[in-house]
Amino acid sequence: MNRIWKKISLGLVTAAALLTLSGCHGSRESASFSIPEEFDTSRNYEITFWAKNDTNKTQTDIYKKAIEDFQELYPNITVNLRLYTDYGKIYNDVITNISTGTTPNVCITYPDHIATYLTGDNTVVPLDDLFTDENYGLGGSELLFDSPSLEEIIPQFLEECSLNGHYYALPYMRSTEACYINKTYVEALGYTLPETLTWDFIWEVSEAAAKQDADGNYVLNGQNVMIPFIYKSTDNMMIQMLKQKDAGYSTESGEIQLFNDTTKELLYTIADHVKTGAFSTFKISGYPANFLNAGQCVFAIDSTAGATWMGSAAPLSDISEDSIVDFETAVMAIPQFDPEHPQMISQGPSVCIFNKEDPQEVLASWLFTQYLLTNDVQIAYAETEGYVPVTSKAQDSAEYQDYLSRAGEDNDVHYDVKIQASQLLLDNVENTFTTPVFNGSTSLRDAAGQLIEDVTKSVRRKQEVNDESMEELFDEVTSLYHLNESSASSTGKQDLGPMPRTSIILLTALAAAWVLIIAYVLSQKLRKK
Amino acid sequence: MKKSVALFLTLSLTAALSGSALASETETETEVATEAAAETEGTETEAAKEDTADAETEASEDASESESAEEKSEGVMTYAEYMDAAIDDEVVIETYVQAKQSWWEDKATLYTQDRDGAYFIYDAACSEEDYEKLVPGTKIKVTGYKAEWSGEIEVMDGTVEIVEGGDEYIAPITDVTDLLGTDELIDHQNEYVEFKGLTVEAAGQDEDGNDVAFLYNYDGSGTDGDDLYFNASLNGETYTFTIESYLCDNTTDVYAAVKNLEIGQTIDMEGFLYWYEGVNPHITSVTVVE
Repeated sequence: MNRIWKKISLGLVTAAALLTLSGCHGSRESASFSIPEEFDTSRNYEITFWAKNDTNKTQTDIYKKAIEDFQELYPNITVNLRLYTDYGKIYNDVITNISTGTTPNVCITYPDHIATYLTGDNTVVPLDDLFTDENYGLGGSELLFDSPSLEEIIPQFLEECSLNGHYYALPYMRSTEACYINKTYVEALGYTLPETLTWDFIWEVSEAAAKQDADGNYVLNGQNVMIPFIYKSTDNMMIQMLKQKDAGYSTESGEIQLFNDTTKELLYTIADHVKTGAFSTFKISGYPANFLNAGQCVFAIDSTAGATWMGSAAPLSDISEDSIVDFETAVMAIPQFDPEHPQMISQGPSVCIFNKEDPQEVLASWLFTQYLLTNDVQIAYAETEGYVPVTSKAQDSAEYQDYLSRAGEDNDVHYDVKIQASQLLLDNVENTFTTPVFNGSTSLRDAAGQLIEDVTKSVRRKQEVNDESMEELFDEVTSLYHLNESSASSTGKQDLGPMPRTSIILLTALAAAWVLIIAYVLSQKLRKK
Repeated sequence: MKKSVALFLTLSLTAALSGSALASETETETEVATEAAAETEGTETEAAKEDTADAETEASEDASESESAEEKSEGVMTYAEYMDAAIDDEVVIETYVQAKQSWWEDKATLYTQDRDGAYFIYDAACSEEDYEKLVPGTKIKVTGYKAEWSGEIEVMDGTVEIVEGGDEYIAPITDVTDLLGTDELIDHQNEYVEFKGLTVEAAGQDEDGNDVAFLYNYDGSGTDGDDLYFNASLNGETYTFTIESYLCDNTTDVYAAVKNLEIGQTIDMEGFLYWYEGVNPHITSVTVVE
């Protein structure tokens, strides 16, 4: 019955700090990887794969089947699966294991996280040469399966895996956010959904939906609970709003720009709508899907990868059947400030490979990683949620096209809300963006969401939200996420802070020794003269 | 020649000194980072292992006082006042730790109870040092905000202070078996409770389609170490119970007991009456009685 109750979100700040500490000196260094000329099939390899699923049994079954099928092709490679349901937990565990030299071989991850992993020397394998290797690269001649070519990976998705001029991951699945709408309620309030959802529209309708009668019940649903607009990921909310406003978030090299006047303006707007009860967040109130399906929400923004939980007929639900209200669900892109130029985030899991001493083991890892991009795996996994495959080979396949065309045939595999969510991304690939990736970008992302969470809490707690409190909030969040400490970029010019005392002493000693030596040599020359 | 050798030796010595000192600095940093990482990794497990309150064995002498109202310090709410407070109101409570769920980055999650009712403390500021001092019965003062998350009433964004010299209290267990399926059950939310004489039902199916008595995660998508979900029925109604892996990890007796359950067995259970979109007890003890 239960999806997953709210657990403590594992702190990523400390985790990142740990790696920063251990990064250059603490990690066990591996030599950089060179592709072996030939994969040695006379040896056996055991590789570990840390995978993330959305607490979805079908997804874990697909991973297991992929491993089984791969092992049939390569009987000398054993893949051990470790399942996670939280990217943060994977990130945390990877960082811990970098310090001890026990990283997995293959790992589902976010590019933001890889930027931190790269703090260690040769920790993550750059994939550029592997991509193009004639024998074992994408579409390589020696592969025992039908791998996509480099050109068949959707360029935008592939680009997200590029850091510091190298590819450190392969995209695995992609999603974006969608606004799941109780269309029945919108129309009951006298509104018609526009072609493109705007922030003005969503706020206006949410205000109308927040009206209560004399008894405190909401006019729209007759219930005593109604949160017209709930956002699951406030990180994404702030990031997308800033992007749409063309306001600062960070530079490509990692300069923090989040704390600006546009951010303040957005926070004041959000605060106004919290005050009227028109807006809340997942962290404060609960899963958007639960409110939407109970008729207690009009606009629920969540990942397209959460589509199977959305709507009256959703195949997955956490609330009791008698709480579910019948309504028509519309799936739309997130609200926009400029409807002519929609912008939405691209997200979803990527796969990276950790370096090991044995190049053959790394090559075995690469073969498995590449196998995850075959049509069988891509299509099966994409169908579990509102994901899209990351290759044109899978997207254009007859099998996948048939799947898309059958939206609404049933409320399981062909659940219409889920397929509409996938279609939303397929139609908007050109309108997606990602945020710059650098060591510290994960913290910045968390900080962006924290601003919304804190302002929302402050208003609900009847605390003043003004310029003074906003400045304090900026300072607190900066400090909490160490945003004034993180190194800007692993490639860019970095302020390394004051030189350690020991180094100063040693360099002084070195300089003094040279002075003495030169003085000695000169004095000897003078004597000769 | 001697001079050249002297020059070479001087340079070598300087370089060696530099190298050695730098290496020493490097090793120190490595050690700190590794230790910190190890601590981080162990925190949850340790917390879960150590502090599942075995309230029955440490049977409280205060059980007889369970009907009496708590005497609160000045400025501290009674349980009734806490329950009357609106969501998002600031609350100040004094309560007693019954079990510790987790600690992370100076934030603790605790199951607590006083003589009048229970309080779930979610993610409250608490140093690691103080967290180590918390044992079942420890009196704490918590200042935070009342919140409701998917039906669970809790204190969030709180701060935990240990009441120095405070008395100890371990809540007696309350049998809520007869309240299953009734509206009165929620009156015991978060309390230390027991359920008696329930029958284990199928929680789902395995890969071969056979009924199984428990699942890793609610739908079987997890692996060993994840939360366990299992079903048990009473009077024809089936209820779901959870082994919360932060509270009782896979090294605990209860985790093992659930993994050994068989469909049709009659069991007694103890745990905390957590709520998530309905009752979602976090079970700490399972005994097969038949």
